Amino acid sequence: MTATPPIYCDYNATAPVRPAAAAAVVAALEGLGNPSSVHAPGRAAWAVVERARCAVTSLAGAVSADVVFTSGASEANNLALCGIAGRRPVLSAIEHDSVLAAAPDAVLVPVLADGRIDLDALEAALAGSGRPALVSVMAANNETGVIQPVAAVVAIARRHGALVHCDAVQAVGRLPLAFDALDLDLMSLSAHKIGGPAGAGALILRQGLELLPQIVGGGQEKRRRAGTENVPGIAGFGAAAAEAAGEVAKIDRQAVLRDRFEAALGALAVVHGTLAPRLANTSCLSMPGVAAETQVMAFDLDGIAVGAGSACSSGKIATSHVLAAMGIARPLADAAIRVSFGWASRDDDVDLLVDAWKTLHRRVAGEAAQKSAA
Amino acid sequence: MAEVNERANIKLPVYLDNQATTPTDPRVVEAMLPFFTKKFGNPHSRSHAFGWEAEEAVEAARSEVASIIGADPKEIVFTSGATESNNLAIKGVARFYEDRKRHIITVQTEHKCVIDSCRALEQEGFEVTYLPVRPDGLIELDVLVDAIRDDTVLVSVMGVHNEIGIIQPLAEIGALCRERGVFFHSDCAQAVGKIPLDVNDMKIDLMSISGHKIYGPMGIGALYVRRRPRVRLRALISGGGQERGMRSGTLPAPLCVGLGAACRIAQQEMPAEAERTGMLARRLYDGITSQISDVILNGDAEKRVPGNLNLSFAYVEGESMMMAVKDLAVSSGSACTSTSLEPSYVLRAMGVDRELTHTSIRFGIGRFNTKAEIDYAVETIVDHVGRLREMSPLWEMVQEGIDLKSIQWSEH
Repeated sequence: MTATPPIYCDYNATAPVRPAAAAAVVAALEGLGNPSSVHAPGRAAWAVVERARCAVTSLAGAVSADVVFTSGASEANNLALCGIAGRRPVLSAIEHDSVLAAAPDAVLVPVLADGRIDLDALEAALAGSGRPALVSVMAANNETGVIQPVAAVVAIARRHGALVHCDAVQAVGRLPLAFDALDLDLMSLSAHKIGGPAGAGALILRQGLELLPQIVGGGQEKRRRAGTENVPGIAGFGAAAAEAAGEVAKIDRQAVLRDRFEAALGALAVVHGTLAPRLANTSCLSMPGVAAETQVMAFDLDGIAVGAGSACSSGKIATSHVLAAMGIARPLADAAIRVSFGWASRDDDVDLLVDAWKTLHRRVAGEAAQKSAA
Repeated sequence: MAEVNERANIKLPVYLDNQATTPTDPRVVEAMLPFFTKKFGNPHSRSHAFGWEAEEAVEAARSEVASIIGADPKEIVFTSGATESNNLAIKGVARFYEDRKRHIITVQTEHKCVIDSCRALEQEGFEVTYLPVRPDGLIELDVLVDAIRDDTVLVSVMGVHNEIGIIQPLAEIGALCRERGVFFHSDCAQAVGKIPLDVNDMKIDLMSISGHKIYGPMGIGALYVRRRPRVRLRALISGGGQERGMRSGTLPAPLCVGLGAACRIAQQEMPAEAERTGMLARRLYDGITSQISDVILNGDAEKRVPGNLNLSFAYVEGESMMMAVKDLAVSSGSACTSTSLEPSYVLRAMGVDRELTHTSIRFGIGRFNTKAEIDYAVETIVDHVGRLREMSPLWEMVQEGIDLKSIQWSEH
């Protein structure tokens, strides 16, 4: 790494842990029992878990619902899709891999050019078959930040007797989002995307909804998810949730950073998803003619961390299924990187990022000019 | 005087429930801390140094986990804990090979998550044989041999028992399974770091590992999956394809680092620690049995993990016993089922008398327990058992020479 403090602009991959969350984790690491044990250390651990459950409930606006703690959002998404029995999965084409892979036989609903789910196509997909469906639509996309019309999705789903699951991993803490008000059936959350520790997540579900556990043995989480609870992780999740809930109203600060970044690049960059409302912190943009891989490596040498698509596809950087679904042609899609800000982002980060981006652009443009001259 | 001071320093309740969970070793916490705050990258981010740094730490931890069981790092899959590992091993293997083989063998006294995984498979049309155990808690190898069929895909037997601490003959079971071409899975959540394990010597094909049972953090575990001969399984959690497709989801780098550190420390300190906890367990057992009668040790006396004692106290009532010893954090069985008043299915499978299953206490002695704590526990147990027996009509009847077995007990 460079001598200057590195700059982190990849919050949609993971966020640095908030000091309050780290403190909660450390406190829980130092001597608590197993929450299922009936003795005092066990009860103390149980209380930590239940306090965190309240904080998560409150962040998600899910006072009427149950919170099932999981090892993370991938598990929560799998649990939602596999745990609701006998329903036909209907997914948007831009869902996270952990939703798509959990329901390989699902009907995929396309998105429009602006990145939002095609509601007419959803209606048609639901009207098609007699078997009731489980619709899964994310609240906001992890790559482009495009906000999905979840309320409209729920309204359509209700007309066809479908349940709705919403992967709210990227949206929670960044959007005013309420499980109860949206009348959702299931919602997935991740701790490490909101400044909590990795290794904790939650599936929120409507009370009374039957869910088949995918991990069995031991009656934890009301028999919906066996295994000793990750008490420190859950404690950190709770602390992060409490802070994140207070920041939704101040999210414009991140929009200011993001907008300044995009404005400084002007016509040099092609920004994706701008035709629809986006998360305030996310910018998915192409440097035409320069492969995403080249860009992220160049920025890394400058000590700036950005993302190329989703961080999850382990190994290679593949063409984004999200940009493809929006009809963005390959050369441009392959030149897209993701810049995402978060709770610890500073004004200076934007200036340095702009400088780095423009420097790379000039260099590549210069090389191209030399090549064509030669 | 020294003893008085030491006694005064005992923090109550004395934690003697190290089979439910172990305190995280401060050295483990220290190893984890930088990965929460400074080195917070997503280990799957390939585009920047934050990600690489996290990935490097995760891979170093993977090697440490592999080392303690004699495995190759490539054979270690990180999971959220031993319950997930057991689910993944049993359901994953059964479902992968379901076209060819549909029979599984396990033991009646396995951990709930092994039993429940098998029950789930039965609902999917698999057949499961639940082997009985002897009164000492061990399985009879001949019975296992007879149970293996041509369509048996997997044998699952735990290494060290979570309630009674006995050690099953893993190497013998492994040899039998290899000979018959059956995969051998062992839930070693309680065994890793406590007894020497080697997946090759013991011919183990899949092994479940827990973080929080070995002074590592909660929320992390691992599954060893043999590569030669290769064991394949169907993932329980799919998505990003992490862990070579066997377990999707962002790896929690700090927790992986914590598990690695816990394994490294356990591997280094196992011989000395086993001797110390074994000595403390003997001190506890001798202290109690030299002062009160009718105390029964559940499980084989020799083939047991150092530090575990599962004792039944005849003629006292289980619930009053637990209430009375509230200064000792102990349990009446496994933590997962401790909120229910059901007697232990493990002790019942061993043929322990019904009344004794209600009065069993599991003492789990661990790395941080002291002699003074053990002496305090002895005193507490001796005092309260004596007092409860004074109040017990059963004790009184026994003193009068009545055979309690002749009494019909009502269910409660």
